[in-house]
Amino acid sequence: MTRRTIAALAGVLGGGLAGILAGAMAGGLALLGTGAAWAQTKSAADGIAEYRKMLEDGNPADLFEARGEALWKRARGPKNATLERCDLGKGPGVVKGAFVELPRFFADTQRVQDLESRLVTCMETLQGFDGAAIARTPFGRDEQNNVTALATWVAAESRGLRFNLPTGNAEERRFYELGKRAFFFRGGPYDFSCASCHGEEGKRIRMQDLPLLTKNPGDGVGFAAWPAYRVSNGQMWSMQLRLNDCFRQQRFPFPGFGSDVTIALGSYMGVNAKGAQSIAPAIKR
Amino acid sequence: METQFVTSRLRPTLAAAAACAVLAGCATLPPPAELDRQAAAMIKASFRDEGIAKVDRIQQDLGQAACSSEQPPSDEVADRIMQEARAGVKWPSGGVYLGDWREGERLAQNGRGMTWTDPSTAATANGGNCYNCHKISEEEISHGTLGPSLWNYGKNRGITGLDSPTAQPIFEYTWMKLYNSKSYNACSNMPRFGHFGLLNETQLRHLMALLLDPRSPVNR
Repeated sequence: MTRRTIAALAGVLGGGLAGILAGAMAGGLALLGTGAAWAQTKSAADGIAEYRKMLEDGNPADLFEARGEALWKRARGPKNATLERCDLGKGPGVVKGAFVELPRFFADTQRVQDLESRLVTCMETLQGFDGAAIARTPFGRDEQNNVTALATWVAAESRGLRFNLPTGNAEERRFYELGKRAFFFRGGPYDFSCASCHGEEGKRIRMQDLPLLTKNPGDGVGFAAWPAYRVSNGQMWSMQLRLNDCFRQQRFPFPGFGSDVTIALGSYMGVNAKGAQSIAPAIKR
Repeated sequence: METQFVTSRLRPTLAAAAACAVLAGCATLPPPAELDRQAAAMIKASFRDEGIAKVDRIQQDLGQAACSSEQPPSDEVADRIMQEARAGVKWPSGGVYLGDWREGERLAQNGRGMTWTDPSTAATANGGNCYNCHKISEEEISHGTLGPSLWNYGKNRGITGLDSPTAQPIFEYTWMKLYNSKSYNACSNMPRFGHFGLLNETQLRHLMALLLDPRSPVNR
C-alpha cells in the first residue's frame, strides 16, 4: 500500500461522503455499489473497517521508537551526556513500566510531571539543554521532535502493561482534582469543554469514535493509545500534541507545552484509565 | 514570561502546595472551593494568545461557568440563563426565515472556523459544523452522533409547505435554537451561532432552509 493510498484512505474517516467515495476508489477497494443508499452505506462502512484493519499491519511509529532509543543512549547537549541516568519515576535509568505510572509527583522538581515535561527536565539537568527554549519550540521541530521520539520509545517500553498512576502523594491527588475541573471547564466561542466530546459513551464526530474519558475507556483507547502515529498527516503525535490539538478544535487559546492544565488533564485521564492496557505507540487515521 | 522550564519556579498556584510539601503532612486535599479557585488560576496561567484565539476566550460567561461541572446548575440559574438567551435573540429582518437549502447543506458540511489556525473570526469564514454532531440528510453517512438526528426535521413537524399552519411557531423555535441554543436548554452542547456571531443572518437562513424547506433533501 503506497503512502498516497494511505493518505487518501485517511480522508475516509474525516471527510464527507465525497471523501469516502474518492478514498475508497483510490484505495482500489471498489466496494461501493451504485445502487440504493443502504448499499452505499454498508459498503462505505466496510471500506472503513478494512482501512482500519490495514493500518494494523505496519506502524511508522516504529521509526520514531528506534530514534528515541538512540537519542536516549547518545551523549548530547552542552554537557555531552546521555539520558541513561534520567529518573522517570521508577529510579534513575528505569524505563520499563515508567510510562504507565505518569504523570506522577517528582521530589526533585516538587512538581507533578507527565512523560514529556519529565524528559525535558532530564534534558535540562543531565544534558544542559534550555528547557524553556524546548517548551517554546513548535511541535515537530528541532529538540521538540527529539522529545516526541524519546516519548515514543519510553511509551513503547511499557507496551502491554496496565495503567497504574500513583496517587499516594497529596500533589498527585490535587492535580487529579484540578484536571477534573479543567476537563469540565467550558469556554471559547463554541462553549466546548473536554466533556463536550468525551463525556458520553458511544459518541462520534463525523465517523470518528470518541472515547469516554471520565472513566477507564478500555484497553488501548484514549490515554492508553498516545503517543500515536497519525496517518492522515504523517506525523508522530505525543500526548502533549494530542491535547494541544484538542484545545485548538475546542476553539480555545494555545496551551503552553507542559503547562499545568496539560499535566492536570493527564493526571485525570491517567488515573481514570487505571487497569487499561497500553498499546502506545498506536496508529491513528 | 521567561522562567526556567522546570527546575526553578514556583507558580502562584503551586506556592501553597509547595509549602505544604515542605511541612510534610498535608495528606488531605484543599476544600472544594479552594480547588475551584486553584483550577481557575491554573487555567488562566496555562494558555496564551495564538492567532485569532486570544486568552479572553477562557473568561467564562454565566452560561459557561454554570455548566462546567458534572452537576447541572440550579433551576433558578438555569432559568436565568435561558431567559437571558431568549431575550438576546435577534430575529431575521423582514420576518424572512428561510434562505437556500443548497447553501445550507454546504454550511452544514463545513467544519471550519474560529480555531487558532483559521485566519479570520468573520462569520463568512466559518462553517456550521452541523454534520460533526448531527445526522441531517440521508445521503451523508459521515455524520456525528453528539446531537440528535435532524433527518426529516421539518417533515416531522408537519411542515409540508411554506404556508403550513404550523410553520410560523416552528420557524421561530428553530431560529432561536440556532441563534442561541441556551434559549431552551441552559447547558446545551451546541454552539450559540447567532449570539457569538459565528454565523450571520444570511447563513442562519440557509441552515433554516436545509432543516425546514420541504424541497430540502432533509425533508424529501
